[in-house]
This record gives sequence, C-alpha cells and structure tokens, in this order.
Amino acid sequence: MLSTLVYQSWPWWFSGIMIACIMFCLLYFGQSFGFSANLATICSMTGLGKKQELFNFDWKQQSWNLVFLMGTLIGGFIANNFLSDGIPIQIAADTIKDLQKLGIAAPESLQPNELFGLDAVFSIKGFLILALGGLMIGFGARYAGGCTSGHAISGLSNLQWPSLLAVIGFFIGGLIMTYLLFPFIFRSLNTPL
Amino acid sequence: MKLIKFLLLGILFGIVMAKSEAVSWFRIQEMFRFQSFHMYGIIGTAVLVGVSGVALIKKLKPRDFSGNEIVFNAKKKSYYRYILGGIIFGLGWALTGACPGPMVVNIGYGFFSMIVVFVFSLVGTYFYGLIKNRLPH
Repeated sequence: MLSTLVYQSWPWWFSGIMIACIMFCLLYFGQSFGFSANLATICSMTGLGKKQELFNFDWKQQSWNLVFLMGTLIGGFIANNFLSDGIPIQIAADTIKDLQKLGIAAPESLQPNELFGLDAVFSIKGFLILALGGLMIGFGARYAGGCTSGHAISGLSNLQWPSLLAVIGFFIGGLIMTYLLFPFIFRSLNTPL
Repeated sequence: MKLIKFLLLGILFGIVMAKSEAVSWFRIQEMFRFQSFHMYGIIGTAVLVGVSGVALIKKLKPRDFSGNEIVFNAKKKSYYRYILGGIIFGLGWALTGACPGPMVVNIGYGFFSMIVVFVFSLVGTYFYGLIKNRLPH
C-alpha cells in the first residue's frame, strides 16, 4: 500500500504543502527561498565581481543556497533511482494531441526525447533551443529579481506586488512561447530536431 | 556541518519536485495550455499555505533558530523590470519546461542535456550583469 503510494506520481496538494514547508524551514533557518540567486552566486565565485557590481558580493553568505542546490541534484537522483516505478507520466489527452501536431510524441518518461534526447542535444537546432532557453531563464530571472521560487512562492506568500507583476510576466512569456513561437520552432523542424 | 540541514532540505525539494512531475516539460506545457489543474494545484497550494503561514509569522512574531526576528525583504517597487524580466524568463521557462530549480533536479534525475540549459542560464545571468545599467528598471 504505502510503497505503491511512494512509487507512483505524487499528488499536487502534497507537493504544494511540502514546497511551502520547505520555504518555512528556510525562514526558520534565517534564509529565504530563492533558487536563481545561485546563478548569480556561481558567477560571483568565478571572480566576475571584480569586473561587475552585480556579482560583487561575498558569495560565502550564499553558500547555504549552493548546498541546497547540491541537495536538489541528489534529490533528483534519488527520485529516479529509488522512488520510481518507471510508468510514463499521465498528461491530459488534449495536450498530447496538441503536442503531436508539433511533432512531439506522447510521454515515455518525464521529458520529451525530441528536446532532451542525445540526438537532439548534439544537433545544431536542438542545442540552440536548449541554449537559448537557458539564456532567457538566466537573464530574465536576474532582470526580474527572482524566479518561480523567489517570486511565485516566496513573493506571493508575502503578498508582494512586484512578485505578482513578475508572475504575470512569466505567464505572458510562457503563453507567447507556447502559442506564437512553438509552431515556428517545432513545425519547421519536421524531421527530428 | 551547519550546512547539512540545507542539504537535507534540498534533497527533499528535489524529490518532491521530481515525484510530483513539476520538473517535466510536459507538465509545464499542460499548464500553459490550460489543459490540466496539476501545476496550478501545486503552485496554488504552496501559495495558499505560504500566505497563511507568513501572515501567522507576522502576527505571532516567532524567533528563528538563532533567536532573530524573521524578516521579509520587500522587493523594490517598479514595473519594467518585473514585467519585462518576467516575460523573458517565461519565454525560456516554456521553451525548456524548466525553471532554475527543476533544471538541477533534471540533471540529477539523469537528463544530462539539461546541463546545456543550466550553463547557458549562467551565461544569461552574466549577460544581464553586463548590460543592466542600460535596461529600464
């Protein structure tokens, strides 16, 4: 009984409660939940702070967050290797239909092969998609002053207007990408990326 | 060893995000296409519990583990940076199906192509630092 519950996909309400609890634990330990700060911290560690004020801070103050990052890496490993039943994820039939029109097959694992398979990464287009996506995430997160954890979770929990604005921005960007740009990006790649 | 608690919290976060499939490109697509409640349920529950908890903290003013007051750093008021930065972030979020936390969870999970996304998110962060004085904030 319990073991099936653990191995299958976890319900949204449990995940939501746990995420809030993690935020509260970090508050209790004197820190605040914001993952993308790590990206600036890593930039600072490489000595970029000598050249740019944005990275000119004592990165050791953020070492707790880097340790948290190491934990998420281990968490992903544990989830896949010890807590997984290998059953493909169940997503909405409408989504499967929409994605098939873009040339992306129904899920066989957590991620689509067309984007994250080795063939994709080692093709020019596939690599550019991942690289460009990463660039926009890093740039946008620092410009907006936070990512999903810092704005959508920590910020909204504190009823901060700037965070609501940022989350609205996240959605505008996501909708533009999904509805306006995906057809150009994916349909033009009728063969594998 | 003061840092071990953060490692454990990170591990918990990684497991929860992976097991609830919030790290999946497919789940993010479902969300942006408004075809499933799943991601809204996760974020909505977290925010609901978060709002109640933060309100309680502000009312009861409990101390943190080292005896200090728990402070919430208010973000500076402005519009451009949140909307424009948010939009750019959202474009990348939908394209790769990952925000910074889930990127790292995915690498641990075994999707090594996410390393490309992660490395370029560092480049993007650096690039923002390079031109930040020329952007509207």
